[in-house]
Amino acid sequence: MHLSSLIEMVESGYDDRVLLGDENFRLTGSDFGFLVRLGATQVHNKYASVMYVGENHALLPVALFATAWAGVPFVPVNYRLEDRQLRSLIERYPNSLVLTDPLTVDRLEGLSPQIFDEWVRELSNIDLEEVGPIKPAENDDDVAVVLFTSGTTSEPKSALLRHRHLMAYLLGSVEFGSADESEAVLVSVPPYHVAGIANMLSNLFSGRRLVYLQSFSAPAWLETVQREAITHAMVVPTMLARVLDELDGEIVDRSSLRTLSYGGAKVSERIIRLALQAFPTTGFVNAYGLTETASTIAVLGPDDHRNALTSDNPMIQRRLSSVGQVLPMVEIEIRDDHENAVEPGVSGLIYLRGEQVSGEYASANLLDGDGWFCTRDQGFIDSDGYLFIDGRVDDTIIRGGENIAPAEIEEVLLAQPGVAEACVVGLPDDEWGQRIVAVVVQQDGRTVEPNILQEAVRKVLRGSKTPEEIVVRDSLPHTETGKMLRRVVQSELLAR
Amino acid sequence: MILKPGARLISAVCTAELMTVKVPKTELKVTIGGVATIASAAARDGSVSMTNGHDGGTLMGKRYVDEADSIELLCTKAGAGAVAVNGELLQLKEAKALPASD
Repeated sequence: MHLSSLIEMVESGYDDRVLLGDENFRLTGSDFGFLVRLGATQVHNKYASVMYVGENHALLPVALFATAWAGVPFVPVNYRLEDRQLRSLIERYPNSLVLTDPLTVDRLEGLSPQIFDEWVRELSNIDLEEVGPIKPAENDDDVAVVLFTSGTTSEPKSALLRHRHLMAYLLGSVEFGSADESEAVLVSVPPYHVAGIANMLSNLFSGRRLVYLQSFSAPAWLETVQREAITHAMVVPTMLARVLDELDGEIVDRSSLRTLSYGGAKVSERIIRLALQAFPTTGFVNAYGLTETASTIAVLGPDDHRNALTSDNPMIQRRLSSVGQVLPMVEIEIRDDHENAVEPGVSGLIYLRGEQVSGEYASANLLDGDGWFCTRDQGFIDSDGYLFIDGRVDDTIIRGGENIAPAEIEEVLLAQPGVAEACVVGLPDDEWGQRIVAVVVQQDGRTVEPNILQEAVRKVLRGSKTPEEIVVRDSLPHTETGKMLRRVVQSELLAR
Repeated sequence: MILKPGARLISAVCTAELMTVKVPKTELKVTIGGVATIASAAARDGSVSMTNGHDGGTLMGKRYVDEADSIELLCTKAGAGAVAVNGELLQLKEAKALPASD
């Protein structure tokens, strides 16, 4: 199925229902469908793709669906990239309509940018009958969205999501019409992240009103949740941590908020426990997925979260640090170094297969002959089917022949008093091949002692997993969505 | 007629509307309320009425499948008529509800 079908479904099922808007404007399903049809006339046969370079915008769904209807790819780009990289990504897509915002437009000189607000305003001058409506594109094997991977380990790659991948995700995991008319979702995840695209699609599909936060700040997020009676929201770990900092231990009455989902990077168990206390009536959902899998492939639901808090069983308690169970329409296999499937409880490389799994870049398709995609994430599944992620295999430290996942050590460090952030990397070592170095950031007003932290790790794990060195720093580098930039930390340590 | 995925099916006798999710590439006759579907709700003129036994209704958001699992339709607007393909009434497909992850 093609995303253009989703517009026809929205027009049929949600014709009178408000799907987009906040205190400033309201668009029903039929208003939205009409704008999409107008937008398509401005793209069809004119451009090879539509790029969006800017902050979040309440009408972004119009841009994405007009593009889909016209039959060309939508390519959102991270406006926070430095100028040279930003321009080089845009130049990868010649003959594009480049939509942007007033803050970014000056940086795109020579690339024919158009301010998105102005583009939308001009749509209302179009007479659809006079221009002639465009027939919706329907080939679901066409590329719908191109996303640049975050590039924590290498240069950003263009990941391709075809219409059939995105629709498979929607049809498999979201029920059309499952939201009631009072529900509203707050979108604060950036549009160039797969979670931002999935946020838009699944909420439109379920019939939930989309409210956009132009750019995230914790006070604005909390204020909007209250003002718009937000029932659902998705945040990346950095946002969750900032909201908790803003609340500073206060238990909030945000009783409108039924579901708060988080994902995009690893969240420490300490943050989850704080969040569950701060929002006692909210259901928490941890979503795990990759750009290359058209977003979520595993979820840890609200009951799993609360059960983990109250259970005496360590197997159930530790689920709080899992990403839950794999969606029914996705197959998973954990494989060893020889690509053989391993038993439950044994860690290995995570392979995925399913209709939503794209595994494809502009440069190459990484699906094997049987349709399996190697995520290069490492993890294990427990005997009850809960998936635990150890981290990227490329981050694995090999010390004296032993494979060590940095996340395991970081989790112990983060549980120590005074530690706000931790990053563990391997540095070259003549004797061991690699030695373990941890960089920690202290919580405000606290100090930590490296030798006490080393002792704590030795007690929980083993001597061979204890960092040889612990460096205290003021901050650690992250991507916008909270993924630690390990290669930056590593090269900074090497350059000392 | 031969249907494609994403085709809209509109009832001639009630408010029901469905969309094809999965269809075989064969000649199909789709009815809602026992009467052939139409291309647009505006063409519904009230001149025909529902056939007995085809009044089980369709529910918003639900999927309907045939015995052979060769066809799947998604209801985008509820109605009083039941959907049938080549005379066979389709059955409601039970789906497990998942937590909203995004």
